[in-house]
Amino acid sequence: MNPVRLIARLDIKGENLIKGIQLEGLRVIGNPQEYATGYYNDGIDELIFMDTVASLYGRNNLARIVEYTSENIFVPLTVGGGIRSLADVEEMLRAGADKVAINTAAINNPKLISEVAKTFGAQCMVLSIEAKARGKGEWEVYTDNGRERSGKSVVQWAKQVAEMGAGEILLTSVDCEGTRRGFDVALVKAVTDAVSVPVIASGGMGKVQHLVEVVQQGKASAVAMADILHYRRAALPDIRTEADKAGIKIRMPEREN
Amino acid sequence: MAGKVTIVDYGVGNLRSVARAFEYVGADVEVTSDAQKIIQAERLVLPGVGAFGHCMQELQKRQLIEAILQFAESGRPFLGICVGMQIMLSIGEEFGEHKGLGLIAGRVQNLSLRKNWIATSSTTPRNDDKIILPVIGWMNLKKTRDWQGTIFNNITEGSSVYFVHSFAAKPDDVTLQLAHYEYDGMNITAAVSKNNLTGLQFHPEKSGLVGINMLKGWGFGIRDSGLGIRD
Repeated sequence: MNPVRLIARLDIKGENLIKGIQLEGLRVIGNPQEYATGYYNDGIDELIFMDTVASLYGRNNLARIVEYTSENIFVPLTVGGGIRSLADVEEMLRAGADKVAINTAAINNPKLISEVAKTFGAQCMVLSIEAKARGKGEWEVYTDNGRERSGKSVVQWAKQVAEMGAGEILLTSVDCEGTRRGFDVALVKAVTDAVSVPVIASGGMGKVQHLVEVVQQGKASAVAMADILHYRRAALPDIRTEADKAGIKIRMPEREN
Repeated sequence: MAGKVTIVDYGVGNLRSVARAFEYVGADVEVTSDAQKIIQAERLVLPGVGAFGHCMQELQKRQLIEAILQFAESGRPFLGICVGMQIMLSIGEEFGEHKGLGLIAGRVQNLSLRKNWIATSSTTPRNDDKIILPVIGWMNLKKTRDWQGTIFNNITEGSSVYFVHSFAAKPDDVTLQLAHYEYDGMNITAAVSKNNLTGLQFHPEKSGLVGINMLKGWGFGIRDSGLGIRD
């Protein structure tokens, strides 16, 4: 087994870190910089910032948050929400992001995926999929932060974007998001079976056992955590120790002397 | 780290995080696409992301290849990062064959061809035999040869650093491989070094404290230890 990445996902609205349930009912948590710094000091493997409003106003804030973070935090940084063009990608990379996550704009214009991959490298093109179940073993792609239906099948779309040059897939279950009842393991398994790019499972982690399930059964390459970290339901070092005990291979970061 | 570090700016990727990491360890950072400044640098860093051929093309376009080769010959510390490391080799196989800088004889090959990356480890490949690529994540560095006097002088074997790549360097002379990691039963080059030249496949600027400590030590160990090489 290859090491699994532990990622903190920070949903942003304006200048605040927020958290919702099924991407709705957003609550303000605090200052994203402070939380990001805390996770870095605790040895997080990566950070994802998602702008949930994706307005121009929100984006200016987002660029500022990214700039500050990248000056002081030396782990990879993914930024998503409202990225619609090569120029938007460039702006975020220049602010200090290493990768961008694109969902809505890729649905509207799939060519954007190969354009981003070709211009900036596949390593920086994270395709974000918001999935909702529509029957057993069948999921539909949603856009606009879980608000709009696209009519597309998640598995088909995942195959298509991997072929078009997406370097990894951020797979969020809208149904499980914020519920703390565990990941949609069947969804993650269906996508990891269909593609050979890394898949980040997002949405539903309430305890370490959920991580173990989505890695062992779902074959996720990485796990995005939000609620469990932001509300301090578990501390990162404890999550790591527990996952390690359960046989999940993870990074053991060095401590500051 | 006192002293100056010159980073080659050739329109490929975001140099800000590399520059910031060197600033963080106290270096005086210069980012330039000026051939004279490159030739005269105290220490030179060649970053790079995207495709091998594209990086070479961009260097060519800015007429920087000669300057970089001249610097490399000076004996002063040279550091290639990610694709900046890959183009140190003679040939890259990404999207057809492309000529590299040829500072280290060898090829840059696709990780999807498992046979190229001989498995000598105990890691068990996934049973469905699918290789997840690109490699994205934190891998443990293993010694291919002694690290004394190299960029890993102060690094403990087994430390994890952040990789993202689908191709990797294969030097003809295996003793130029400084470190490797194991992935899905394959042994993949993590670092190469030869005299004053060091190449890192991973991103030290994105590898937390381990990466920072490497950059802090880089350039001193190499000079102080009388080049620390075997070839």
